[in-house]
Amino acid sequence: MKSFDYVRPATVREAVAAAAEPGAAYLAAGTNLLDLMKAGVTRPNLLVDITHLRDLYHVEDLADGSVRIGALVRNADLAHDRKFARRFPAVAEALLSGASAQLRNAATVGGNLVQRTRCAYFYDVASACNKRSPGAGCDARGGDNRLHAILGWSQSCIATHPSDFCIPLAALDAVVEVEGRAGRREIPLELFHRLPGDAPDRENMLEPGEMIVAVRLPAEAARFAAHARYLKVRERTSYAFAVVSAAAALRFEAGAIADARLALGGVAMKPWRAREAEQILIGAPAAASLFRRAAETALAEAKPSGDNAYKIELARRVVVRALTLAAAGTPERMPALPGSPFAAVSGVVNHG
Amino acid sequence: MGFSTTLTVNGVKRTLELDDPRVTLLDLLRERLELTGTKKGCDRGQCGACTVIVDGRRINSCLALAISHDGADVLTIEGVTRGDRLHPVQEAFIAHDGLQCGFCTPGQIMSAVGLIHEGHAGDDPERVREGMSGNLCRCGAYQGITEAVLEAQKALEAASRKEVA
Repeated sequence: MKSFDYVRPATVREAVAAAAEPGAAYLAAGTNLLDLMKAGVTRPNLLVDITHLRDLYHVEDLADGSVRIGALVRNADLAHDRKFARRFPAVAEALLSGASAQLRNAATVGGNLVQRTRCAYFYDVASACNKRSPGAGCDARGGDNRLHAILGWSQSCIATHPSDFCIPLAALDAVVEVEGRAGRREIPLELFHRLPGDAPDRENMLEPGEMIVAVRLPAEAARFAAHARYLKVRERTSYAFAVVSAAAALRFEAGAIADARLALGGVAMKPWRAREAEQILIGAPAAASLFRRAAETALAEAKPSGDNAYKIELARRVVVRALTLAAAGTPERMPALPGSPFAAVSGVVNHG
Repeated sequence: MGFSTTLTVNGVKRTLELDDPRVTLLDLLRERLELTGTKKGCDRGQCGACTVIVDGRRINSCLALAISHDGADVLTIEGVTRGDRLHPVQEAFIAHDGLQCGFCTPGQIMSAVGLIHEGHAGDDPERVREGMSGNLCRCGAYQGITEAVLEAQKALEAASRKEVA
């Protein structure tokens, strides 16, 4: 690991001032950053340790019914916050489907948003990677790319964003609060991550030195609580990144879908909100054929980026199943295997 | 430039001068404090051999910078015994053959102590397996590990009921 300087600011303002130095990086739990530094992928000159900023550890209910989650709230704490999980069950399920218990005990809300892709060629400094070294080329294109992107990829990069948490956040119109030297601003989560285009090294809309201070879920997002699920297909039952995942949230009125939210994970370099598919669902009663049409629409633009054409049909089926699970209703208790396709689908839709 | 860090490790307060901020909590425990019960497996947060309990929560000590945990309370495998008596989780691992080579065992035990303390798994083996998925065992002693965690949890519950009564 390259050597670095270390500072521990006492306020957000001090942190932002310290991080203005070129080559600075914020340190939260470090569960991804330290790993990247050990691999030599990320080589900061200065770590600005924000873990002692106590104000960023709160989950607050705001007057307008929205919920504000501090950037340093640990994944496990948020997922096991009963009040939060009751209002946003798909978010809790996504969090608990990710990583391991040890990592969830450490990893933070803000860190989750800015974690890097797990593309093996990005991690291997001996491989060509346009994300790590702009202009170097992309060894993933001719390499082992079964798990790579099927939506929004470019000639320069076919990596995917690894987050589970961000998928329901994108579906539920979450907003990211960031602070920089120019003050505080807000970015809708759906627009926070960038597709690779010809600049895959730029992964999000943060300006240099800007820091995530909170993520907010609007009051409207809680209206899906009775029918909200996260489904994640992995290569092993637990402790693996998504091959494909989906967050599905429905609201019913008089037997028909009054509102619908759908986002996919593991398919692109950002959480993939499927707005056209949502429009197909709205106004119709839940039915397998309807869900299949929504899935076809969500994947209409999908193209294999390598040996991963299978992911397109897999993603359609994950969408159908996530919608089926959501229509059947949010379970009373968090499933033993959160987000797992091995759990039985229960409820009327399965039998109808 | 030196960095001073104070940690309470297994109940003993320790102040350490670090000449380099790169030291992980794992390396500090093993190399500076000679607490070599905590193992270095992958050193990348993938195997769980380095699991310790920090401020009541199980974490991977290989992905924690020691300097960032200034002021923390750390419990390692060396700190779980009660005098000469093994911790109920240790006893259960022996009783159920929850190990073969033993390299992953300190991490497994610390993870199990953390899991029982978290209290989300109950008596459901599926929830125990899910909750222990951050600890790999190359010898494949998983069945014994799951049985040991379930039994240790029962033993700890019975003990706490006795205390209350």
